[in-house]
Amino acid sequence: MNNSRGLELAVGIFVALGFVALLFLSIKVSNLAEYQEGESYTLVANFRNIGGLRARAPVTVAGVRVGRIAAIDFDMATYSARVKLAIDSDYDKFPLDTSASIRTSGLIGEQYVELEPGGDPDYLADGGEIELTQSALVMERIIGQFLYGKASGEK
Amino acid sequence: MIEALVRLGAGSLGATATTGRAGMFLWRLLAQLPASVRRPGGVVRQLYNLGVLSLIIILVSGLFVGMVLGLQGYNTLVDFGAEGSLGTLVGLSLVRELGPVMSALLFAGRAGSALTAEIGLMKATEQLSALEMMAVDPFPRVLAPRWLAGFIAMPLLAVVFSAVGILGGYLVGVELLGVDAGSYWTNLRTSVDFYDDLLNGVIKSVVFGAVVCWVALFQGYDCVPTAEGVGRATTRTVVMASLGVLGFDFLLTALMYGEVG
Repeated sequence: MNNSRGLELAVGIFVALGFVALLFLSIKVSNLAEYQEGESYTLVANFRNIGGLRARAPVTVAGVRVGRIAAIDFDMATYSARVKLAIDSDYDKFPLDTSASIRTSGLIGEQYVELEPGGDPDYLADGGEIELTQSALVMERIIGQFLYGKASGEK
Repeated sequence: MIEALVRLGAGSLGATATTGRAGMFLWRLLAQLPASVRRPGGVVRQLYNLGVLSLIIILVSGLFVGMVLGLQGYNTLVDFGAEGSLGTLVGLSLVRELGPVMSALLFAGRAGSALTAEIGLMKATEQLSALEMMAVDPFPRVLAPRWLAGFIAMPLLAVVFSAVGILGGYLVGVELLGVDAGSYWTNLRTSVDFYDDLLNGVIKSVVFGAVVCWVALFQGYDCVPTAEGVGRATTRTVVMASLGVLGFDFLLTALMYGEVG
């Protein structure tokens, strides 16, 4: 009886240790906490080119994170990328003429969307569309334009 | 010449028959799984044998694998001035691959070989035959609880391995080499996805647990019932279970991360 209790205790400790490790990995190591962020609403922005933007990338205003990219689709009607932004409900007063641009954190960092509030007295509602957008900077294109400009200038 | 062909034929027939027996064995294990769930005492005892007794080797190897990853990763990343990404490197490699695979390989060596030896000796000393004589099916009593315990123990061990490894990487990277602690943890959290990385790793380890214990139990059950036969079966278990783990790892990785370009 005593022996069996000791064995069960050891197994109990083992299983508990496993779950503690899983909890540690979920909370401290993985991004589980981000799945449980509060209520959010959706804004839509069309970009000509999103570069390397990915779903779940951050959305910032003045450098502060206010939401994340929910989904990225291709819009056949306008031949542009349709990006859905999930914005925290705490930040629900963006003017209608807010603009969105795709930026890169650092020189080779990940890409994110920065919103720049305008001056319109009316606010964007859930599902509202951001009209003013700026595409991602594509390095090859810039270098290409630079070289082309240089070549035509020398003629 | 004829002799060689005869041997080739006999070998092929033997291999086919063994594959068939292994399949039948798996089928009977699956069929008896509910019966062993209803008798949890045996499963707890096997959890002790397979899980608790493997814990020390898993803890120690996890710590050292994490520390080596931290050291090697730091030395490579520091050339690019990217030592802040150490957390990403250590975390993703452990949670996705090294945690499930390394712990499954250790599990095959530590617990799988013990399982084969135990079942093989039961067969060699005719304990299994004795059970059958008394009209007791050894599957629900002896084999299925061990298989179920392997299922349960393997993911727990893999998760412990990853957690300890990440702490080991922290120890070397942050405490020893001076990577910023904040960037270590932040990088971990931004790069390790709960569903894509952590849960997929756990699913992998469940499959590995099933494979290792299936191979180990089958080798024990199917061994030649002599001292030499049990020894050979134990060796075969370690080899085949390790190969099985690596093969299934490739398959599962291709399925899980295949379309991510």
